[in-house]
Amino acid sequence: MSLIKEVDYGTPAAKSEKTVTLNIDGKDITVPEGTSVMRASMEAGIKVPKLCATDMVDAFGSCRLCLVEVEGRNGTPASCTTPAADGMVVHTQTDRLKKIRKGVMELYISDHPLDCLTCAANGDCELEDMAGAVGLRDVRYGYDGGNHVKVRQNGEENPRYMAKDETNPYFTYDPSKCIVCSRCVRACEEVQGTFALTIEGRGFESRVSPGMHEDFLDSECVSCGACVQACPTGTLQEKSVIEIGQPEHSVVTTCAYCGVGCSFKAEMRGEELVRMVPYKDGKANRGHSCVKGRFAYGYANHTDRILNPMIRESVDDPWQEVSWEEALRFTADKFKGIQAKYGKGALGGITSSRCTNEETFLVQKLIRAGFGNNNVDTCARVCHSPTGYGLKTTFGTSAGTQDFDSVEHTDVVILIGANPTDGHPVFASRLKKRLRDGAKLIVIDPRRIDLVRSPHIEAVAHIPLRPGTNVAVLTSLAHVIVTEGLFDEAFVRERCDWDEFQDWATFVSDPKHSPEAIALITGVDPEIMRKAAREFATGGNGAIYYGLGVTEHSQGSTTVMAIANLAMATGNIGRPGVGVNPLRGQNNVQGACDMGSFPHELPGYRHIQDSATRDIFEEMWGVKLDDEPGLRIPNMLDAAVEGTFKGIYIQGEDILQSDPDTKHVAAGISAMECVVVHDLFLNETANYAHVFLPGSTFLEKDGTFTNAERRINRVRKVMTPLNGFADWEVTQNLARAMGLDWNYTHPSQVMAEIAATTPGFANVTYDLLERDGSVQWPCNDKAPKGTPVMHMDGFVRGKGKFVVTEYVATDERTGPRFPLLLTTGRILSQYNVGAQTRRTENTTWHPEDLLEIHPHDAEQRGVREGDWIRLVSRSGETSLRATITDRVAPGVVYTTFHHPETQANVITTDFSDWATNCPEYKVTAVQVASSNGPSDWQVEYDRQAEHSRRIKPRVDAAE
Amino acid sequence: MSNQIEEQSVRVADICDQMSGLEGPLLPILHEVQEEFGHIPDGAIQTISKKLNLSRAEVHGVASFYHDFREEKAGKHVIKICRAEACQAMGADQLGEQVRRHLKVDWSQTTTDRKVTLEPVFCLGLCACAPAAMVDGKVVGRVSPDRMNRLLEEVRS
Repeated sequence: MSLIKEVDYGTPAAKSEKTVTLNIDGKDITVPEGTSVMRASMEAGIKVPKLCATDMVDAFGSCRLCLVEVEGRNGTPASCTTPAADGMVVHTQTDRLKKIRKGVMELYISDHPLDCLTCAANGDCELEDMAGAVGLRDVRYGYDGGNHVKVRQNGEENPRYMAKDETNPYFTYDPSKCIVCSRCVRACEEVQGTFALTIEGRGFESRVSPGMHEDFLDSECVSCGACVQACPTGTLQEKSVIEIGQPEHSVVTTCAYCGVGCSFKAEMRGEELVRMVPYKDGKANRGHSCVKGRFAYGYANHTDRILNPMIRESVDDPWQEVSWEEALRFTADKFKGIQAKYGKGALGGITSSRCTNEETFLVQKLIRAGFGNNNVDTCARVCHSPTGYGLKTTFGTSAGTQDFDSVEHTDVVILIGANPTDGHPVFASRLKKRLRDGAKLIVIDPRRIDLVRSPHIEAVAHIPLRPGTNVAVLTSLAHVIVTEGLFDEAFVRERCDWDEFQDWATFVSDPKHSPEAIALITGVDPEIMRKAAREFATGGNGAIYYGLGVTEHSQGSTTVMAIANLAMATGNIGRPGVGVNPLRGQNNVQGACDMGSFPHELPGYRHIQDSATRDIFEEMWGVKLDDEPGLRIPNMLDAAVEGTFKGIYIQGEDILQSDPDTKHVAAGISAMECVVVHDLFLNETANYAHVFLPGSTFLEKDGTFTNAERRINRVRKVMTPLNGFADWEVTQNLARAMGLDWNYTHPSQVMAEIAATTPGFANVTYDLLERDGSVQWPCNDKAPKGTPVMHMDGFVRGKGKFVVTEYVATDERTGPRFPLLLTTGRILSQYNVGAQTRRTENTTWHPEDLLEIHPHDAEQRGVREGDWIRLVSRSGETSLRATITDRVAPGVVYTTFHHPETQANVITTDFSDWATNCPEYKVTAVQVASSNGPSDWQVEYDRQAEHSRRIKPRVDAAE
Repeated sequence: MSNQIEEQSVRVADICDQMSGLEGPLLPILHEVQEEFGHIPDGAIQTISKKLNLSRAEVHGVASFYHDFREEKAGKHVIKICRAEACQAMGADQLGEQVRRHLKVDWSQTTTDRKVTLEPVFCLGLCACAPAAMVDGKVVGRVSPDRMNRLLEEVRS
């Protein structure tokens, strides 16, 4: 194994189809028109010295090191800014160029410290490399004159010297090492799109400045790390590299945070992770990352991690550490006992969207083949289950239609119920880049999210609807499109069921769906609605991106279908730049759904009652499968309260914190006799568990994750599991303890079983993934290279189906007691319930959940910035601090659910989507009042949690 | 104090609203703000960046590039002395020395009574009349020590 060094071509690839041929140092090379001479040289294998150029950003032409000579032209143009032209004859190494380059390097080094041996960048410094490349042997100028290097000069303070900025928890900025190439500034602008950095001053006074000469932490910086990656010197440097040193090998793997599924190089020293560097060939992220993926991996070695299995008879007992054998035997005995006493259906399990496809597949196999029932569900129940239902009904496939590259071809985007700059930051950066290049954006969100307006981007329309009125808004947009004749008749006639379309068109044309008529319900200005509808229908390639603000409603599935209707009616399906794109929350939520995690579906979304599908699995597994759909998570909890459901195996999900109506969840799991939690940490659910099986991180196992674009990415093991086993091995060992004969020795064998049983995965193998890097399902004989864009030549289900989407108000309504609507969301630095990110330095940015409240509502209640407030709903109450902002409309309050202390889900109700039971997290009627501190429930909960987390260490037999 | 800051930001916002229709409005706005307040206050940069939908880093980058945009208010009068080659050849260094001693300030400093700010400048385009200076925006050529004394008396009075 060695360190993967990606080729840096110096400038981005040109996209022209026309080519030009030029001669560089005697070699002929043909490149697309618009390619720089520098890039053409690199493609010909000729390295032109450079400092300010790197292929993640556009050429800048400031370092004057990459000069070349072109026959027939005067002077020495910079190769990075000179486009290649037909017949050009270029020389990259002449006596004249060598002399100039040496002179330039000499000037650079005359204002750069010579502490190379003790510099953290030693071994990974382009300045050092270039000094070598140009043959610098002498610096004649000395340091007696003005410089940025010395703290004190001639006995006095050096006014030009700036101390290191170490405020960011993950990287340092050492201005004394800066060569002002501005790569960091350009990376922040062009790649990340935040514009947090600038060059202040001019001439010799020029310095890189975050914000207005601020600390990195106080500036607009979002800590994505693109600047650190771009820096050619040790000026911007990961603190982990400063501490550990340079990595010696690297392995390409996939991030385990959100559904974007970024590819990273895990750069290692032995089994120690030195840093994560986004991989340029990663097709989801194209070399970019966010603060979580790049930096927030510290949880993997956090002291809170549980490494030994633990059991206990009662949740009042302290945990007892035991051997793996004992823990598994204990579990198997309990599970068998429960089934003997209460029947086969008294057991169930939950698969994890955080684990690999292979692990998820094994958990559902354990339940279906081992427990002998279909009581399997997954956390997608609480996020994107309506996506699966809605898109399957309308298009025929339970997944998004595009790849992420598609955004580069989009002209107008509708973003609804998603906040990508916080939830899917790398996608947000790609979207912002496209918006800066001229695409238009329509935001449908109760909150003024960052994408509505932030530096260099501005939505053409923001529709600040009242939470819970998505269907009314989407139907009304369709009303405008149909009644104004803006729909794509040719597309609909060719691709969709025309009769159904006509029914739907009649339905939406009803004047009661006009923007003017629904304004009372939605609170949206009809003019904005009409403008948005016209922009989308007539603006060119239209794409819809959406998130949990769509699905987590009582009409979640209806909203998904309304989105599909809108895409079909405007002809925006089946080519790059268009489509319906659910932004998946978790790394493998798509995969978990694909792998048969739902109680009614076998892998590949085939119904359990379909006997042909059952036959395939019965033959493969050698057991008879139950043909009745099993229980969903909320049904399991209900059954537990009723006393018919007694044992559960929960892999990698914290249902107590993440599922709605915490008190009901607590009542359900505390009524069970054997709760098995398989996780990294003693999560909140584990407070009610009898068995704890320690889990492994994504760094400790092999497997695959499937991201929001259906892309199957490899996860590769870079270190030995601290707990002893990868999660798939733990599940296998549990299956064996239950008497099943499982003998997988590598996850690739599980993938082979998936491919053999599931048509959409038929041609997926680890060999293919090794060769091509990744593949988007369906991948079979019809599409051996996978399917970047779906429904190209017609819908998977045949004809696209229009579904009539009648708006039905949620039962959760505001009234005199609960006059405000609470909606929930997340923040960039934290992830989901925070089990991982709270155990990293990311808490620097978000130490606690806050309630966002409009100044008007705050004033009425006498709430001031930072006050403790009591948040009460019909379900319960909790306390947190308030922050006052007009990002939320009057009447709406907003909070995140990253911290267990907040217990935001004590508040949420058990209303849910009519089709899939996806909980209505996004709408809860609440009241806000001043408070002195945590509520009684929070105090009692903390006490219980502390009591429940006591651990007795393992007693060795020898003692 | 906070009232003052609020008034200031309202005024800056007004200026932005009036000028944001111009092509490349940032420099004209900065000029107008400096005209109004005598310098570019930090708060103004925040307001301008919000109004023009730029980051505050970008506005800071532009404002700090031009020496004429001040971080702090200057004295009542501003004397700029050219220190470029032609003027140096004609005695600009001695002229600078004379003024520094007279005002008891260094380059880019203001007298304690806030009356005069001394600034270096690199070429006023008056090389033919070196040494050159600029007093409160008016250029002066062939500045002999005597002439400088007269100018100093004028600004100190």
